[in-house]
Amino acid sequence: MSKKSRTIDIVRAGMKKRKAAETRFRLYGLAAIALGLIFLSLLFVSIVANGYTAFAQSYVEIEVYIDPDRIDPEGKREDSVLSRADYGGLVKATLREMFPEVRSRRDKRQLYRLVSTGASYEIREMVLEDPELIGQKISVWVPVDDEIDMLLKGHIDRNSPEADRRVKDKQIAWVDKLISEEKIEKRFNTIFFTAGDSRDPELAGIWGAAAGSFFTLIVTLILSFPIGVAAAVYLEEFAPQNRFTDFIEVNINNLAAVPSIVFGLLGLAVFINFFGMPRSAPIVGGLVLTLMTLPTIIIASRAALKSVPPSIREAALGIGASPMQTMVYHVLPLAMPGMLTGTIIGMAQALGESAPLLMIGMVAFIVDIPQGAFDPSTVLPVQIYLWADSPERAFVERTSAAIMVLLAFLITMNALAVMLRKRFERRW
Amino acid sequence: MQLSFLLVVLLVLSSLAFYLGKKRAFQVSQGQIRNLHSLPAYYGLYTAIWCGIPALIIFSVWIAFEPAIITNLVVAGLPDEVRSIGPDRLNLIINDIKNLVEGNITSRDVDENLQAAADHYQSLVTTSHAALAVVVLCLTIVTGAITLSRIKVKQRARNTVEKVMTGILIFCSSIAILTTLGIVLSVLFESIRFFREIPLTDFLFGLEWSPQTAIREDQVGSSGAFGAVPLFAGTMLISLIAMLVAVPIGLLSAIYLSEYANPRFRATAKPLLEILAGIPTVVYGFFAVLIVAPAIRDAGGYIGLDVASESALAAGLVMGIMIIPFVSSLSDDVINAVPQAMRDGAYGLGATQSETIRKVIFPAALPGIVGGVLLAVSRAIGETMIVVMAAGLSANLTANPLEAVTTVTVQIVTLLTGDQEFDSAKTLAAFALGLMLFVVTLTLNVIALHVVRKYREQYE
Repeated sequence: MSKKSRTIDIVRAGMKKRKAAETRFRLYGLAAIALGLIFLSLLFVSIVANGYTAFAQSYVEIEVYIDPDRIDPEGKREDSVLSRADYGGLVKATLREMFPEVRSRRDKRQLYRLVSTGASYEIREMVLEDPELIGQKISVWVPVDDEIDMLLKGHIDRNSPEADRRVKDKQIAWVDKLISEEKIEKRFNTIFFTAGDSRDPELAGIWGAAAGSFFTLIVTLILSFPIGVAAAVYLEEFAPQNRFTDFIEVNINNLAAVPSIVFGLLGLAVFINFFGMPRSAPIVGGLVLTLMTLPTIIIASRAALKSVPPSIREAALGIGASPMQTMVYHVLPLAMPGMLTGTIIGMAQALGESAPLLMIGMVAFIVDIPQGAFDPSTVLPVQIYLWADSPERAFVERTSAAIMVLLAFLITMNALAVMLRKRFERRW
Repeated sequence: MQLSFLLVVLLVLSSLAFYLGKKRAFQVSQGQIRNLHSLPAYYGLYTAIWCGIPALIIFSVWIAFEPAIITNLVVAGLPDEVRSIGPDRLNLIINDIKNLVEGNITSRDVDENLQAAADHYQSLVTTSHAALAVVVLCLTIVTGAITLSRIKVKQRARNTVEKVMTGILIFCSSIAILTTLGIVLSVLFESIRFFREIPLTDFLFGLEWSPQTAIREDQVGSSGAFGAVPLFAGTMLISLIAMLVAVPIGLLSAIYLSEYANPRFRATAKPLLEILAGIPTVVYGFFAVLIVAPAIRDAGGYIGLDVASESALAAGLVMGIMIIPFVSSLSDDVINAVPQAMRDGAYGLGATQSETIRKVIFPAALPGIVGGVLLAVSRAIGETMIVVMAAGLSANLTANPLEAVTTVTVQIVTLLTGDQEFDSAKTLAAFALGLMLFVVTLTLNVIALHVVRKYREQYE
């Protein structure tokens, strides 16, 4: 009797400690989840906080006199002359006119830096389009230089010592004067969405990289979807249980876990050096990403095929369809939503991938917007990588903005996959 | 774009063959479809296959070997003194010829010989394409016509078509094998060339890594040391830090989600955590450079520690965040696979929930968790973008996480991006590193998959 009460006493004595341990353990778990979510929100908040300003760009209004003597001294209005004329000189002359008090060469050079080098291209386009403008005084809004843009957005501290700043005191004074004259305005940054890459942040855009991503993904989709579905159909429905089939399955499982950069090495050695395909082209990028996403698509497609109940197959076979007919007309249509979901997820992976593309030369600095799968180009994630390496402050916000665009695409694709699954999911 | 036009013509002809074959089947059946062995569409497909596939095979083989043959012919046509200058410079000349043909900028002045060679090249390409077009079109028409004339009532068209389809399915499945083979061969061949120049032992056990090889004999400052130990050490250091972050957080959140959380909490928290897995690695790299590395440096400066701006800690920490969902979803699976009877048994003996988890469920799930962690380690080792952006380039042999270290993947990227000659030890070293990476991750994966499968069998 006494022995029994001693046991219960021990249990009771330890109870408080055990309860405390229980609570502690629970809290550890909650803390772990909270930490993960904090990291996630920190990531998103920091990207958005750094990037949202890139969607606006400051423009300055200048009144340019299209001087016929400078542009077209012979007055023939030939395109060859007009397209090579010194439009930069026009912009400089305009700036000198706006600030006549600027005399010394050093000050003038600083003055010229207020306006983006893109201004002269813009005027050139206008003149080429309408040669009538020559001899007139036109007022145009042109982008300001990236450093000035940073100043206007508050990323450069006006109160820091002048030597620490990229923007000098005099430039600040000029900018303030322009602001008071209401000649500086913030506008939606269309350049960012329509231009290719550039060394000047204010002229750099993501359209070139987006087009490269598009062509790469198209190649990937065209190749990986049919191949992936065919492989899944064979392995799930037709393959006999033998060594060869086992070997294929082992290979697929391992390929799913091979580091992506190794696929890049494969692309470099096989597609570029052996088959002599063009470097930096979306076609090679698409091929490499196809090999990389195939395991994902095959595994998802097999799961989709597995979820089609055997009764469907048996019914089709029972009324005399051949196994291939059963497959094509009955099982495949039912498995298609699942396969599409897997493919979209694989495509999202491919869209975010950059390491293997570095290997096959898609890191080049490319200004032109690619027109097809054989043109040299880069892709969005690689563009982000390139901009992240650039020292200019203005590229930090553009990198973040490009990341926001990329994430928006990824979220859309994943949402589409989830919707597809919800819409067509069937419980048998 | 003459070739793509040829492909389109091929496609049109095949469709035509399909239509004709179907019609022909109707004809031979004399209006009685049930006399036919297969449905009429199968006769169409049968004709289309015979019409298109042989031509397509010829087409691909031709395209694959055309550049090499034409280049050889052009080289054979070059003057003797040009041919005798050795393969490297000959390659340059060939490149120039190709650039000239495509209207690009060449690296030298265009002289008569070069222009002549370019014209030769151009004419060869034109001839080759014209010949290809003739061959392919003739083949299409001949095979199509023969097949068409042979369509009979008792012909087993469906069986043939299905055999061809099965063949295509098998080919598509074998691409996985071909890929593995391609990876192994491409890294192996280049690595063997590398190890001919640098002994394997120097590579595996050398303590110094500075891959700048001399281009000229008299160049200074290019030692060309290829000892990979600092890279291995750096990779392991960063992976270790990543695991120290990812394993506790991932495991504890998996335990909470599967054992404690109510369904609603689970349904929101789990997908949110999995977003971390869907974020591209380049974004993590930018995050590390922009936020984490400066924060760690400032924090270190506060307590008087000197932290490198490309510290292993920053890269490892961010990589750990990336791997959290990987660890948590794998652990979640194995924890859920532990039979309910074991939990009930423990509760019946009076254990609290946490005691059950720590003393019953965790030991039971341990093999599966270990397998998951091994997979995560292989992910960490192969991860590229985060370390390329956030870790350093200099190969320090150190265990101090506050210093900059470099990794295998960083070195592969730096060795292979930018223009360099493909034969130098420097670029070949990248393939040797790739081989190491492939072997190590493959081994880890095989072990991990084996452990996980073994564990699953135990409870099924």
